[in-house]
Amino acid sequence: MNSKYDIAIVGGGIMGCATALRLAEGGMKPAIFEKGDLCQGASGVNAGTLSLQIKRVRLMEYALRGHEIWESMGDAVGFRKTGGYTLAFNGREAELLEHRQNLKREAGAPIEFVSTDDLRKSEPGIAHSVVAASYCAEDGYANSSLTGQYYRAQLKAAGIPYFERSAVDAIETDGKGFTLKIADTAVYVPRLLLAAGAWLGPLAAKLGFDLPVRARVNTVSVTERMPPLFATVIGHATGLLTMKQKPNGTVLIGGGWQGLGSPETGRGRVNAETLAPNVALACHAVPALKTARLLRSWTGFEANVPDFYPVAGAVPGVENAFMLGCVRGGFTIGPYIGQLMGDYILGRTLERPLFETGRKFEGAN
Amino acid sequence: MQDSWDIAVLGGGPAGGEAARAAAAYGARIVLIDEQARPGGQVWRAKDTAREDVGDSSETAAGNLHRARLEKSTVTFLSQARLWHIERAEDQWHLHLLVDGCSQRHAARSVILAPGAREFVQPFPGWTTPGVFGLAGVTALMKSQQCPPGRRSVVSGGGPLAIFAASEILRLGGEVAAVVTPNSKAEWLRCWPEFMANPSLTLRGAEMMMRLKRAGVPILWRHLVSRASGDPTLRAVQVTPCHANWTPRGGESAIEADALCVGHGLVPNSEVAVLAGLTPQYDAQQGGWIAASGPLGETELPGLYLCGDGAGLRGAAASQNQGARVGEAAAMALNGQRPGKTSHRTSAAERFGRAMTRLAIPQPGLARLTDADTIVCRCEAIPRRKLDAAIDAGATSLDALKSATRCGMGPCGGKYCLTNAARLIGEKTGKQLADIPPPVPRPPLFPLPVDAVGAGFDYDNLPIPAPAPL
Repeated sequence: MNSKYDIAIVGGGIMGCATALRLAEGGMKPAIFEKGDLCQGASGVNAGTLSLQIKRVRLMEYALRGHEIWESMGDAVGFRKTGGYTLAFNGREAELLEHRQNLKREAGAPIEFVSTDDLRKSEPGIAHSVVAASYCAEDGYANSSLTGQYYRAQLKAAGIPYFERSAVDAIETDGKGFTLKIADTAVYVPRLLLAAGAWLGPLAAKLGFDLPVRARVNTVSVTERMPPLFATVIGHATGLLTMKQKPNGTVLIGGGWQGLGSPETGRGRVNAETLAPNVALACHAVPALKTARLLRSWTGFEANVPDFYPVAGAVPGVENAFMLGCVRGGFTIGPYIGQLMGDYILGRTLERPLFETGRKFEGAN
Repeated sequence: MQDSWDIAVLGGGPAGGEAARAAAAYGARIVLIDEQARPGGQVWRAKDTAREDVGDSSETAAGNLHRARLEKSTVTFLSQARLWHIERAEDQWHLHLLVDGCSQRHAARSVILAPGAREFVQPFPGWTTPGVFGLAGVTALMKSQQCPPGRRSVVSGGGPLAIFAASEILRLGGEVAAVVTPNSKAEWLRCWPEFMANPSLTLRGAEMMMRLKRAGVPILWRHLVSRASGDPTLRAVQVTPCHANWTPRGGESAIEADALCVGHGLVPNSEVAVLAGLTPQYDAQQGGWIAASGPLGETELPGLYLCGDGAGLRGAAASQNQGARVGEAAAMALNGQRPGKTSHRTSAAERFGRAMTRLAIPQPGLARLTDADTIVCRCEAIPRRKLDAAIDAGATSLDALKSATRCGMGPCGGKYCLTNAARLIGEKTGKQLADIPPPVPRPPLFPLPVDAVGAGFDYDNLPIPAPAPL
């Protein structure tokens, strides 16, 4: 069977798009099939934090490269390198902060500890109840909602076809290639990459591979426009708060507080029970936030496997099938790991290794 | 504060008020929740107590009767309360309300949503000039404050609302320079059967028309307001004749005025129902996107009922009748009963409401009013040209357009711009409006003081989960 495309990429998030661009650069003809709109899943609804202080030690090198790529994407994705503070409000948190940030510094993140006096001088809007703080000049953010329009432009410029609102209902394989059923049409391709985020599990199952994907339901909130309250990205020693004030004055509050719902049952839902402490924690860090009004809260599905490390490589036992997802800190690392994935499919030497997809997952059923 | 009810009714207009009263008659513990200080909704809005000196309109009188009946019932009225989130857990509905600057949670076994409708305005050059009012907004102003919007007003819109607003301006001592309506006389005459079947509503309409005639107010049939001008405030309103599909024919004439009241129909407030978990469907005849509900207001979610204009435009009279049926059904269902055979025949009042709705449904040509420099999203100050460019660059759904441009991301949450944005997408891509669904509503349903939701926590008692893996 002949195919118009060299590879079908199922999932048009940051990772799928970044892989497609790398493949096209290497001479392949990819096509993207996305069940919704490009980057409208986790890629487009996360808080956009680019902070090395909340990255996992083992993924630090990937995150550092990720930061470089986001910086090169620049204004088109609302990139800002503001620097960021991580705060501790009591002795237990201060210990946690010191322990965790030291390990991250050893892994290559330029993190330093700052005195509370210095913190107050540079960020007078932060609560005086902070007892310890760390700082990373490399930290900042991008505007996740701009990623869809950014990648649409990139894909068009590279001549890569993408199909939105095109859910893949079934995948058949004849040992040589794959037939994707999308509504009433069938598309035959010799290669396949699954990069569908929280929906990766059911797709892998269509290839007979059991991947124990779970989804966290992360809550993000935004306030109305406020006068300048703080200038950097603010985090909490536990990692359970991220906060930034955008150039338009709105304040984005995240931190991974859990909403309700699951990818299988449709959309995620905001849980008032977790929204309240999330917002209270934000106000504790920046007291002037209490005078703001909350405009919107929403949730995004962040996929993970039990060890919280990426799934990136070939699908075990299925030739010419690949998968990419479950990247902790996926917004930061996504553009880079997409490039690595592209290189892998192109048969190039990899700058850094991908992540074994056939590994045993602890605690998996 | 937390309270538990048999039934919570959201919205104290004709539908919600009657639903609450009917359900209370079955002995159920009912709370009626409304944003206003007194029940009545938009159509029967109460007069500000400082304006009791001004005579009552028929609508105020109908509202007074509604309020008196509720007063006599066992319904608990929770005033000046706004719903910001609704969730279902443990076989109950949980309503999160903002009351007196604090968030309250109320639990109810069943919920009846009667949130009514809001107005739609197609943006046109100058529509953000001070002195330009929404047509429904200005009726709210007049009902509560009993004063006209300016000295000399132009009133424009389809259906009966423009006639009503013009008549009220006259009653309250203002001058009406003109009524400008895209409807033709023939379209009104075609509603003859509905008029004949509803003599009291028809009589009220005739009364309004007589008032306009006595004051010598010109009615410009098949005309649109195409432009508003004046700096810093409104000085003149430009009008243009239009075709049957509301396409401007060109050739403007100016009318001097310091107030313009303009609206292009109503949009059902379906956000609460969708946030609760229902899926909206498009029905142009009922005002746009609505969640499906049965003849007794029942939905596919347990204990969730819809009635009134928020469930599909039908008008006050029909909403009142329907509200009573839905309230009864909801109360009986809690006792494991079902009402006897209900007639599925459409009532005369409902046919009247639908006919009036039909006159006000915006026709496709109206979109031509919005030129490239006209602001479409007021909150974020986004002109049409920016939206057009983003659509051309591939943002062909409302979610994508919102992400790309911030259209609908401001304080109004897209209530005022996304209907228009959908039309722009439809125009450029050839998609039907039914294929351009609104984004999923996100709580809070209106700008909520941060302190109302984040208050009451001691830092040491914050339920902070375990840190993320290293």
